[in-house]
Amino acid sequence: MPLIEIKNLHASVDGKEILKGIDLTIDAGEVHAIMGPNGSGKSTLSYVLAGRDGYEVTDGSVTFAGVDLLALEPEERAAAGLFLAFQYPVEIPGVSNTTFLKEALNAIRKTRGEPALDAMQFLKLIRAKAKDLSMTDEMIKRAVNVGFSGGEKKRNEALQMAVLQPKLAILDETDSGLDIDALRIVAEGVNALRSPERAMLVITHYQRLLDYIVPDVVHVLAHGRIQRTGGKELALELEAKGYAEFGADEAA
Amino acid sequence: MAATEQTIDQVRELTEGKYKYGFFTDIESEMAPKGLSEDIVRFISAKKGEPDWLLDWRLRAYRHWLTMAEPDWGKLHYPPIDYQDAYYYAAPKVKEKPKSLDEVDPELLKTYEKLGIPLKEQAILAGVEGAGDMPAVAVDAVFDSVSVATTFKKKLEEKGIIFCSISEAIQTHPELVRQYLGTVVPYSDNYFATLNSAVFTDGSFVYIPKGVRCPMELSTYFRINAKNTGQFERTLIIADEGSYVSYLEGCTAPQRDENQLHAAVVELVALNDATIKYSTVQNWYPGDENGKGGIYNFVTKRAACRGKNSKVSWTQVETGSAITWKYPSCILQGDNSVGEFYSVAITNNMQQADTGTKMIHIGKNTRSTIVSKGISAGKAQNTYRGLVRILPKAEGARNYTQCDSLLIGDKCGAHTVPYIESKNRSARIEHEATTAKISEDQLFYCRQRGLAEEDAVSLIVNGFCKEVLKELPMEFAVEAQKLVAISLEGSVG
Ligand SMILES: Nc1ncnc2c1ncn2[C@@H]1O[C@H](COP(=O)(O)OP(=O)(O)O)[C@@H](O)[C@H]1O
Ligand SMILES: [Mg+2]
Repeated sequence: MPLIEIKNLHASVDGKEILKGIDLTIDAGEVHAIMGPNGSGKSTLSYVLAGRDGYEVTDGSVTFAGVDLLALEPEERAAAGLFLAFQYPVEIPGVSNTTFLKEALNAIRKTRGEPALDAMQFLKLIRAKAKDLSMTDEMIKRAVNVGFSGGEKKRNEALQMAVLQPKLAILDETDSGLDIDALRIVAEGVNALRSPERAMLVITHYQRLLDYIVPDVVHVLAHGRIQRTGGKELALELEAKGYAEFGADEAA
Repeated sequence: MAATEQTIDQVRELTEGKYKYGFFTDIESEMAPKGLSEDIVRFISAKKGEPDWLLDWRLRAYRHWLTMAEPDWGKLHYPPIDYQDAYYYAAPKVKEKPKSLDEVDPELLKTYEKLGIPLKEQAILAGVEGAGDMPAVAVDAVFDSVSVATTFKKKLEEKGIIFCSISEAIQTHPELVRQYLGTVVPYSDNYFATLNSAVFTDGSFVYIPKGVRCPMELSTYFRINAKNTGQFERTLIIADEGSYVSYLEGCTAPQRDENQLHAAVVELVALNDATIKYSTVQNWYPGDENGKGGIYNFVTKRAACRGKNSKVSWTQVETGSAITWKYPSCILQGDNSVGEFYSVAITNNMQQADTGTKMIHIGKNTRSTIVSKGISAGKAQNTYRGLVRILPKAEGARNYTQCDSLLIGDKCGAHTVPYIESKNRSARIEHEATTAKISEDQLFYCRQRGLAEEDAVSLIVNGFCKEVLKELPMEFAVEAQKLVAISLEGSVG
């Protein structure tokens, strides 16, 4: 059974249609990559799946783990196992990473009918996950993304994903802003999460990330539609030829 | 934490009982007739068996009040208050304790539950018979104008600390009261303080002797109860040389329809090397979402840092009341004295708050810090009003002020009115102000991680207030965080 099945998905922002009929099916255990020029609608797709206000679905359906994803509130989607690593992670002053993630994890656990983790249990968990990502104790105590460099923010997204253990992780340009060492660390973190029950949708503009997170399937998104689908060699082809054959999209 | 509420709620059911037994018409109620006159002032003073000097002081205040006009400079709108349409004296009656939680007001229990207070503790708080032992915090409850309970007195007495109702102090330590009462807030100070001076019925009195560090947090839980009874609390705290005290004041109030006037006065005196930490969580009934009902809270709080190296720190979390008019201030008289003001003011629905502080630098090298966090939601208006005044002799004085406003929705308002007057060139004054909205980005980010919208708002707001909340004593901080969430309920979505 597919983990997520997107059928003929149309979505608009401010009355302007951005997604013009997306069809995409991902099975558990698979890693899919979406590549495409700037402004082609990659982030829009991730926001629509996560349920962001202002992104209006005008047609189509999305089934996630057997339920109608589009009928759920954003937090219900999170509890159902959908995670979005943001292209631009958001700062929350005064709220420590630890507090934020503990509240989030316990909210999700509550929705699932699981008992809350107490402070000690949670601290043990987050410390272990942070260590895997070479993040210091100091970083997990700092306010969420406040004063973080671009690379640290992306690593923080990977930490949240590792703690929340989603069924489907959507990574929106997680490679942007990362130097090669940080890229390797984050990719390792992501790869460690690969499992037969879990799927990933890796959004990227560049092929580079896919050297580290090797996808099973690669899609090209342009003009609001999937234009081509292939294996990992498609990424290399795009790297060589660029997106010229798909025509230029408006700049994002 | 909430053990501080014990006495109030013991007393709360006393007043609940009053309604049941038709207390208002009962002569035993010891309620003075409605309205304000010299006779009422004399009645209050006589009821309390006060010495002549105090009656004279009250009468001077009353006569002065007649010549004054209600201030209108606050950014506050409310219908005129009819001072003749209120009671100025009511004493509570003792009633049996409830036998179990079933007998306690369910509204009260609902609030306890939201505050996350465990059942056993709820029973203690509600004063259920045999439910608990002594609270871990010393409590002096001011309730319906008369202090009805004072605990932990013995332990404090061993250290020579006086902690009692001000009426009691007037009887037992008249010389101390006479020496300090009205020396920080004179009877002629302002309209509401003057009114208070004429008709104050009770409040707390604290004296910490030389060199004594008070071994526990001292706490008063105020609660307004009798219908139409204005509350005129008067609190006086004196920290003698080299002493330390942390004092907690907390308020909750049951819902009611009539606006209730509250005009308290708090005077703090810190002598050489003494420190007073005064923390408030104010959660009086704010009125309904249309602004009906709610408490009018006109408070004068002022500290005199009289001695060298003395320090006073005000921390307040203001979430309640329909109208808040309140400027806890410090007069930094002693050289090297320090004044601090940490404030969170949350206004939701139709609430209005005009609050801030005054830091008056008189002595050399005096320092003050002001951190104000104003949060507005609904159609509320939230104003920070602050004065930093550096007098000519305040060589080397320093002030740092930070005023941050957070808006939730687009129908509310935040205003910052800082006044700065410096008469000494060596003074350094820094002022920072920001206004922000909870962004859609932040909300979506939190919700994507699994938090419901209201929990996300509460988390973001608590983060915004963190610098202030961390100044609260532990037992208050946890409660305050939950209060932040409760007071913003219904502000989004
Ligand atoms: N909030 C928005 N309001 C208006 N247009 C938007 C908004 N967000 C994205 N768009 C437009 O939608 C298109 C796709 O953007 P986006 O999904 O960010 O592309 P990508 O992530 O592939 O670079 C662009 O033309 C962009 O300008
Ligand atoms: Mg994008």
